[in-house]
Amino acid sequence: MSEAMLVADRLTRHFGGLTANLEVCITLERGKLHALLGPNGAGKSTCINMLSGDLPPSAGRILLEGQDVTGLDSAARSHRGIGRSYQRTNIFPQFTVLENCRLAAQSRRPRPWRIFTDAMKTRDTVERAQAAIVEAGLGGRELRKAGLLSHGEQRQLEIAMVLATDARVLLLDEPLAGMGSEESAQMVELLRKLKQNRAILLVEHDMDAVFAVADTITVMVEGSVLESGPPEQIRNSEDVQAAYLGEDEHG
Amino acid sequence: MNPRVVLSFKLAVLAGLVLFPAIGSSFYVELVAKILVMSIFAMSLALLVGFTGLVSLGHAAYFGIAAYTVALIAPEYEAANLWFVLAASVLAAGAAAFFIGLFVLRTKGIYFIMVTLAFAQMAYYIFHDTALGRSSDGIYLNVKPDASLFGWMPFNLDEPLHLYYFILAAMVAVFVLLAFVLRSPFGRVLAGIHSNEHRMKSLGYATQRYKLAAFTLAGALAGVAGFLYAVLFGFVTPDYLSWHQSGNVLLMVILGGLGSLAGAVAGAFAFIGLQEMFSDWTKHWQLLMGLVIVAAVLFMPSGLAGLPRRIFRTVNWGEDDE
Repeated sequence: MSEAMLVADRLTRHFGGLTANLEVCITLERGKLHALLGPNGAGKSTCINMLSGDLPPSAGRILLEGQDVTGLDSAARSHRGIGRSYQRTNIFPQFTVLENCRLAAQSRRPRPWRIFTDAMKTRDTVERAQAAIVEAGLGGRELRKAGLLSHGEQRQLEIAMVLATDARVLLLDEPLAGMGSEESAQMVELLRKLKQNRAILLVEHDMDAVFAVADTITVMVEGSVLESGPPEQIRNSEDVQAAYLGEDEHG
Repeated sequence: MNPRVVLSFKLAVLAGLVLFPAIGSSFYVELVAKILVMSIFAMSLALLVGFTGLVSLGHAAYFGIAAYTVALIAPEYEAANLWFVLAASVLAAGAAAFFIGLFVLRTKGIYFIMVTLAFAQMAYYIFHDTALGRSSDGIYLNVKPDASLFGWMPFNLDEPLHLYYFILAAMVAVFVLLAFVLRSPFGRVLAGIHSNEHRMKSLGYATQRYKLAAFTLAGALAGVAGFLYAVLFGFVTPDYLSWHQSGNVLLMVILGGLGSLAGAVAGAFAFIGLQEMFSDWTKHWQLLMGLVIVAAVLFMPSGLAGLPRRIFRTVNWGEDDE
């Protein structure tokens, strides 16, 4: 039984004369991982930026559980349950792993007027952060400075921070970028666990990972959706092969 | 550094300040009182520059607005009630910061520096050139406010010593308040904004509101300083709002070390102390001051606040850094 969580309805974005996305439609379902593939410049980043609220669309709508969230900024969408990780690691490098996640958890329990409360001793935020750290596989690293973590661990921290905001829709922008094969395998395992009760959009270049974990794959080329469907369909699609292998082979 | 060592050092400095009037002449007591007032001013700016990453070059506006508020509402030949004029001045400065913050916080980086300066210049000219400021020479505050509270008189600001301890208490109160604020959930959000505002937004923080709250609080605390300055010297002039004043307090914060309250206090002491010393030697004291600032930026990148740690490290004696 599938349940649509986030629906992109004919999203279009122009940058001056350039059309970066043209009528892109994507549906994310609870319990499913939807991968977004495409060569460089296909418009994947523009698409994820519109879904997260970092970039307003020129046309089209975004629905979260049936409600129109197109006009909300990224902070408001985060509160509705959309969480996002970034392609270029985007953490608080001077803070500890725990404080990175605690700040994420605190956004749900802000208490801005409690100025005599020690933030590090607000037990609910610390516990939520700790749980997210363990879930993302960083248990034991709580007190390391985030900037001193390995690249792969920083990618895990990105995800832990999103988890700590209790996001139900995860938009993950190349979480495997720059990872070694062992780290990649761990991340794929993590993605498999995470999708059980969430809806995930995965933008990724690593084909092996995508085909290992995706339930649906959408391939974009030059700002438009070329094809969308289950992995077998995409694997056998001549259009997709043409887009990836170059057009000269097919004329 | 061991937090206990740091705390004992701060308490020792506080004890020194409490005991100072016993040894210092009245000239020096007034000088230290002036430095304490400027410490409050510097701490209020440090909240923005050092902890939130908002470099304001117009912070003197709020200092001056509070100073003018007390001068304008106090009766000419009688004492005003201290608590009333204090509250009114701080509220006026905070309200001004709130409204100006609504506009300036829409900008970032160099533009933020420019528009904070522009608003402060506007405030300067309001007091310099319009009837509200009465005269471009300033206004005298002839009578010090009266501290009585429901008929009880806890202290008398006409007594230089009482005034000194009142200012010292205000400085300690602002220090403690800001120390609490910085470790509170609100303060941690400011630190997050300083580190990576974009990520704070995507984690669900309405960062604009937090920055506005910080800007308002900083303006109100600058107002505490401006109020005390007016009471201490008994007059106000448009110069209190001038961009020199904004620049000087920014230098105090940088000299002391960004991201440290104690640093802001140390910066105020160093800046005004050196200013007094150099102006005794030569009328070209600003030249020497400039050299000191350049040397400080070159050789003490983390300011006076970073100095103990550097000394400990070079003699290889203190604890580890992390």
